[in-house]
Amino acid sequence: MNPPREKLVEMYRKMLEIRQFEEKVYELYGQNLVPGTIHLYAGQEAVAVGVCANLRREDYIVSTHRGHGHCIAKGADLKRVMAEILGKKTGYCKGKGGSMHIADFSIGILGATGVVGAGIPIAVGAGLSIKLRGTDQVVACFFGDGASNQGTFHEGINMAAIWRLPVLFVCENNLYAMGTRQSRVMLIENIAERASAYGIPGVTVDGNDVLAVYEAAEKAVERAKRGEGPTLIECKTYRHKGHSRMDPATYRPKEEVEFWLKKDPIPRFRNKLSEMNVLSEEELREIETEVSRKIEEAVKFALESPYPEPEEALKDVYA
Amino acid sequence: MREISYRDALREALREEMLRDPTVFLLGEDIGRYWGGAFKVTKGLAEEFGDERVRDTPISESAIVGAAVGAAITGMRPVAEIMFGDLTTLAMDQIANQAAKIRYMFGGQTKVPLVIRTPFGGGVNIAAHHSQCLEAWFMHVPGLQVAVPSTPYDAKGLLKTAIRNDNPVIFCEHKLLYPITGPVPEEEYTLPFGEADIKREGSDVTIVATLYMVHKALNATEKLEEEGISAEVVDPRTLVPLDKETIINSVKKTGRVVIVSEDCKTAGVSAEIAAVIAEEALDYLDAPIKRVANPDVPIPFSPPLENFVIPDENRIIEAVKQVVY
Repeated sequence: MNPPREKLVEMYRKMLEIRQFEEKVYELYGQNLVPGTIHLYAGQEAVAVGVCANLRREDYIVSTHRGHGHCIAKGADLKRVMAEILGKKTGYCKGKGGSMHIADFSIGILGATGVVGAGIPIAVGAGLSIKLRGTDQVVACFFGDGASNQGTFHEGINMAAIWRLPVLFVCENNLYAMGTRQSRVMLIENIAERASAYGIPGVTVDGNDVLAVYEAAEKAVERAKRGEGPTLIECKTYRHKGHSRMDPATYRPKEEVEFWLKKDPIPRFRNKLSEMNVLSEEELREIETEVSRKIEEAVKFALESPYPEPEEALKDVYA
Repeated sequence: MREISYRDALREALREEMLRDPTVFLLGEDIGRYWGGAFKVTKGLAEEFGDERVRDTPISESAIVGAAVGAAITGMRPVAEIMFGDLTTLAMDQIANQAAKIRYMFGGQTKVPLVIRTPFGGGVNIAAHHSQCLEAWFMHVPGLQVAVPSTPYDAKGLLKTAIRNDNPVIFCEHKLLYPITGPVPEEEYTLPFGEADIKREGSDVTIVATLYMVHKALNATEKLEEEGISAEVVDPRTLVPLDKETIINSVKKTGRVVIVSEDCKTAGVSAEIAAVIAEEALDYLDAPIKRVANPDVPIPFSPPLENFVIPDENRIIEAVKQVVY
């Protein structure tokens, strides 16, 4: 069952926002306007959007170092995300977090962690909190193929399983943990198989097909809300850029990159929307123009925002 | 006033806070109805509050603390028990990188009101993996607060404050303290963080000590008294925040100081306290600062070895005599 029309349109808009946002971050990085490092989400948009399209404002997500897309998909304000990435006072974290640590507690974004796999137990705790408070919220926990080799993956998923917590463990398998190909660090092809070790369902989906991700997440949310516990959803996807900064990703074979670029989730979804007569070519272009304008506004806001006062560094350590 | 044990005082604090606030819950290994905690602190609480609020966990320290963090940032007040202080090492990322930094990293958007209770300390012959005092590790991480109660009264009052505190608190207990008894009022009370307690007044020398070392220091003062040396014992009670003022005022009064702690000397609790005194009260000292701490070795098993490593009354007395001349 496909989501209703408005939802489909919103999903396309969010995917475009993420893509154009990331392209802009890359451009600004090249102009030395972004301090530090960046981990771009371009190529993986269908995962964040397919999952978050199933979430409400009060539901939670836990994000990663490659987290811009998760936050945008959950409804974060593009201006404040961009300002944070540029280290500005008006950013989500007043410039204290940067690209790897964006959070918006008012819409359930419990934050992005810079430690691979560290978000998994935190998502379990949010799930436990939901259970103890007796609400019908759910948590989506994003992490990569690399994180599934961390001890926190085992500890966290097992704990969520035994307590039947409402958590979606969303593994974005983009085939590479930094420069290390999955096949060099695990003997299985599908990380979802690991779910059986915890007695929970594990599904592998085409992570570049937003509707496939949507459907898998929908089932997992329903299961979570029935009190039956977590699901491990493995989304096979690919990052268009390198791991970080200007990493040229020479460790990836050219043919492989070409293969995946042909599977780019955005043109695929665009074609689908046309085929399904959800949006006309004119309407699609209109959305694309609107998104570009929104991104430009975010960039303008971020560039024009002041840096924080240096003394701000001493605040917010303790409540 | 009635006298109860340190263990019972801790349990009373947990029970009262659970009755007072439905968001308080406990999690940890074997803390529930089947065992009641390795040191029996949580005994009976699962029966009273149910298995949901007194939650046995798998042996997964990282997930225990991580789950506490996740619950704390979504409206709960978890109290996690880590069975031995040495095992906090397994949860170090969740403690030092997540719990401690989440508020700061996210620009103050959230608070992380959680407590990690854990027993430190040696003296019970269980060797290098179950005997360390690691308080100083946590002092070194901005964002954490560190409580080190030495008596039943302090334990109860500080634990209640820790649970109500909106920051992550490493609540350091000591295995040898659990059976110790002391006066604890029936009436409700809490104790503030950052307020040292003068456990004994004296005029010739200041002894700063924490946890079980407070008791060894107090024993030492009796023998020193017989030799005409009047020692003051200052118990900081919390290491973060540290009540520098009380320590410095005592040093200003006595002009001599011995710092006693049960951790390795290098970069330990005593090192930080000594540095504070050196920075802020050097002019008042009539003798060099003296530290009594463990030598930089793991805690050995065999009783004569362990007794040699952990400071005792004789070492404290000897140190006092070195500065009182």
